[in-house]
Amino acid sequence: MSWAWFHRFGSPPYFYRLATRWVPWLSWPAGVLIVGGLFGGLVIAPADYQQSDAYRILYVHAPTAWLSQMAYTLMAVAAAVGLVWRMKVASAVAAAAAPIGASFTAVSLVTGMLWGQPMWGTYWAWDPRLVFQLVLFFFFLGFIGLRSAIDDVSRADRAGAVLAIVGIVNVPIVHYSVTWWNSLHQAPSVLRAQGPSMPASMLVPLLMSFLGITLYFYAVLFYRTRAEILRRDRGAAWVRELLTGKGKTA
Amino acid sequence: MSEFFAMSGYALYVWSSYAIGIGALLLNIYWARASLRQAEAQARRRLASGDAA
Repeated sequence: MSWAWFHRFGSPPYFYRLATRWVPWLSWPAGVLIVGGLFGGLVIAPADYQQSDAYRILYVHAPTAWLSQMAYTLMAVAAAVGLVWRMKVASAVAAAAAPIGASFTAVSLVTGMLWGQPMWGTYWAWDPRLVFQLVLFFFFLGFIGLRSAIDDVSRADRAGAVLAIVGIVNVPIVHYSVTWWNSLHQAPSVLRAQGPSMPASMLVPLLMSFLGITLYFYAVLFYRTRAEILRRDRGAAWVRELLTGKGKTA
Repeated sequence: MSEFFAMSGYALYVWSSYAIGIGALLLNIYWARASLRQAEAQARRRLASGDAA
């Protein structure tokens, strides 16, 4: 197997241009799917026989919770690649993923609380699923805080990578917490071995939201990665060319 | 229509969840744009100081 593609992706100007080109192609389908998914969840999907209209919070809660897990996994893997192979682009991706992941982890927690109050009778319980998702939020904050406390970007990337790698153990714990322990939180109803447990009119808007928010994540990630690449490659000739439109000798 | 907005009495929980979710989607777009603008400005400043030297 040739590793040429790996080295090409590792080239800052190549990835920068690729990211610029990909953003619109990800953004438009993401926008259509999210609008369609949320509309479907609010209007088309029928009310739940037990929870009536309160379950519609699902269409915000589950996709953002999924995004928080995906963002953390991608951040940790990219940070590890950046640490092991000294690949600037991978570290840039990790740094770009953190604020997106942190904000949507917060959204998943808050929408979970807004769902918990009417259904469980409490905003918060010290329940495994809830606690480990809160820990995930703290790992994101720790990564962001640690990186911002170190002025030198490449040192910040290395220190952040160690923390991100340590935190990856939490991702499967969050996912399996509802099956390993007796949790107040329900077990998965889409990603389960027997297949989804809801009718198509509920499921299709949910799948649209999942796919839409995934594409949205990569669109915002690539946009932010461009900024992070510029921070790591400020003095490079290609940056000069990009920003001033002229080469170094001109 | 008012029945739809009432969400069988769960309006506060349902609508604030959607508002928070949509708010986060828009905020992240704004943050990403601000981040790129800031990085470009920093890189320009660095290029300008490099040219002067």
